[in-house]
Amino acid sequence: MADDRTPTVAGDAHDTEDDTVPTPRLDAWRRDTYGPAVARIPERSTASETLSGIPLEPVYTEEHRSRAAALEHPGEYPFTRGIHASGYRGKLWTMRMFAGFGTPEETNRRFHALLAAGQTGLSTAFDLPTLMGYDADDPMALGEVGRCGVSVSSLADMEVLFDGIDPEAVTTSMTINAPASPIWAMYLAMAQRRGADLTRVGGTTQNDILKEFIAQKEYVIPPEPSVRLVVDTIEWGPREVPRWNVVSVSGYHIREAGSTAVQELAFTLANGRHYVQRTVDRGVDVDTFAPRISFFFNVHNDFFEEIAKLRAARRIWARWLREDFGARAPRSWTLRTHAQTAGVSLTAQQPLVNVARVAVQALAGVLGGANSLHTDAYDEALSLPTEAAALLALRTQQVIAHESGVANVVDPLGGSYFLEHLTDEMERRALALVAVIDAQGGVEAAIENGWFAREIGDASYAEQRAVDAGDRVIVGVNAFQAEAPRVPLQHVDASVARAQAERLATVRAERDDAAARAALADLRDAAVSGRNSMPSFMRCAHALCTLQEQMDVLRDVFGVYEEPVVL
Amino acid sequence: MSEGPIRVVIAKPGLDGHDRGAKVVARALRDAGMEVVYTGLRQTSAMIVRAAVQEDADAVGLSVLSGAHMQYFEQVAAGLRTAGSDDVVLFGGGIVPDDDLPALREVGVDRVFTPGASTEEIVRYLRQAVAERRSRRAGAEAGR
Repeated sequence: MADDRTPTVAGDAHDTEDDTVPTPRLDAWRRDTYGPAVARIPERSTASETLSGIPLEPVYTEEHRSRAAALEHPGEYPFTRGIHASGYRGKLWTMRMFAGFGTPEETNRRFHALLAAGQTGLSTAFDLPTLMGYDADDPMALGEVGRCGVSVSSLADMEVLFDGIDPEAVTTSMTINAPASPIWAMYLAMAQRRGADLTRVGGTTQNDILKEFIAQKEYVIPPEPSVRLVVDTIEWGPREVPRWNVVSVSGYHIREAGSTAVQELAFTLANGRHYVQRTVDRGVDVDTFAPRISFFFNVHNDFFEEIAKLRAARRIWARWLREDFGARAPRSWTLRTHAQTAGVSLTAQQPLVNVARVAVQALAGVLGGANSLHTDAYDEALSLPTEAAALLALRTQQVIAHESGVANVVDPLGGSYFLEHLTDEMERRALALVAVIDAQGGVEAAIENGWFAREIGDASYAEQRAVDAGDRVIVGVNAFQAEAPRVPLQHVDASVARAQAERLATVRAERDDAAARAALADLRDAAVSGRNSMPSFMRCAHALCTLQEQMDVLRDVFGVYEEPVVL
Repeated sequence: MSEGPIRVVIAKPGLDGHDRGAKVVARALRDAGMEVVYTGLRQTSAMIVRAAVQEDADAVGLSVLSGAHMQYFEQVAAGLRTAGSDDVVLFGGGIVPDDDLPALREVGVDRVFTPGASTEEIVRYLRQAVAERRSRRAGAEAGR
């Protein structure tokens, strides 16, 4: 099948050797042309490998031709070149900026500003008490309310947060994990109370608890029951809220915690496969839910490696779903992904330089075929983004989309000798790492034995040492240092906690207490019996049970997880 | 005693789970020959003070990326004072705006490292700060 694509070397039309044999022309070039060139000007030490440590040749030619890539086309299995046949020629990616701070009122104002500026979807950041399942007035929340996201403790907060936003018209992504089910239920209850039809409500809950244990550490109950709650949403969601992406399997945080791109790819796909397997194990038909599982990857500094990572992710996922899980619907095979520029790459030194970093990373996301994108604001190494900085980040996407021309051809880098080779290499290395996870008994085992923590810890330490030694240049940090003018920062008002506590007091005083107690008893019964928990979370949301009341039921039934400390 | 390896407690206070920086710093200090205790996640200020006292720490480093740094530093500084260990070097790292540095210094935070700080810088700083602390202690004991 590959024979009709055998390379013809320029000037040697009769020379049609098998592609496993290096072309004599390239060997000759290395000897006669490249050798003398590097003898005059030696290679830079950092030119020899990618950020993930994949060795780099000086140039890529037909010699490195990818067998896989020759047969791939956009919109066709295995979707390496993108899940849409027309790429961005029809619909551009969704520009979805992550936002949230302070009270629901403040974040609601930011949401309206972003929509007015041309953003096409919402993405909600919650504060730490919400992420960890504590109400705003609990002692555990002290000093953290509204700090790094918006505070939501009950349906009453959710109604304020989305005031004036039509849940049937705007899709909303919510970065919520350990308490994903109760927060999603509050969102859906809010939509229902406005008369929305849940079959028309679209959005995404991150709801990827495995990467919390692996990287971001915002877990509450142990891995096994945590995954069970995720599987409850995967089973219930596609039936009741068919336009909702129930899980966004996230490599972003794994990368931010210090992994390499290869580790990010491998761990994320292994996590996604684990959710699919656990749901299939429950007897659910894979084609009913696989299309509602989406992904979320980081786009970091190494431009081609990031593009290759997104392409390899689609290829591996498609093969697994079709060949290993036997999915029949093409939509089950497609890996749809959100991407976000690398927060960890932002520097506090000369913060305006971050604008350039974000632009390059965002371009990698687009050339990698991301379906939606968040661009970081330049001030995020210092504080939450100001409105002006967030707007500039959105404008960066709009320049790429409308001015650069890169959106006009589908997968425009496809066929590049280098990129196709790197895509194959990312795939090969990621699959080798997945095999290591499998050999330990899967992702839950590798969480509990500390393997992920060691892998990520070693990688982040190696990276820091390379930066400290000057082997990796970070502009403004270990090279080109200079004093830079200070930039204005976002401040969170300390009165947020008081305002939130007041609304909670009102909720508790005015709700039907018997109904709330009954809903919580029903949730406890679901947790203990093992029946699907989502109907109970919906009942709790409507009954104005607080987030913490619901999470306390789970803590009580399942216990609280403590990770092994691995340095 | 003013000799022996530098003893450091690295702690993650509060709800924040972002432990990359804390772990990288802990490893770098250990590789530089210091004795390092990493507390793990979700420590209360009281737990951190207790660890510092129990470990007879020369220095305590807090890593906070959530924006709630003021209260944790205040609480730990106050706790160290109450425990009679207010000469322990208190330092930190995280997403901390420059504007907050004077207030942090006022409550007794010696130094804060923000994104981009090198581990060598932190090692150098700790060696000097702990040496000063130890010589102050030796001086105080000699003058008694």
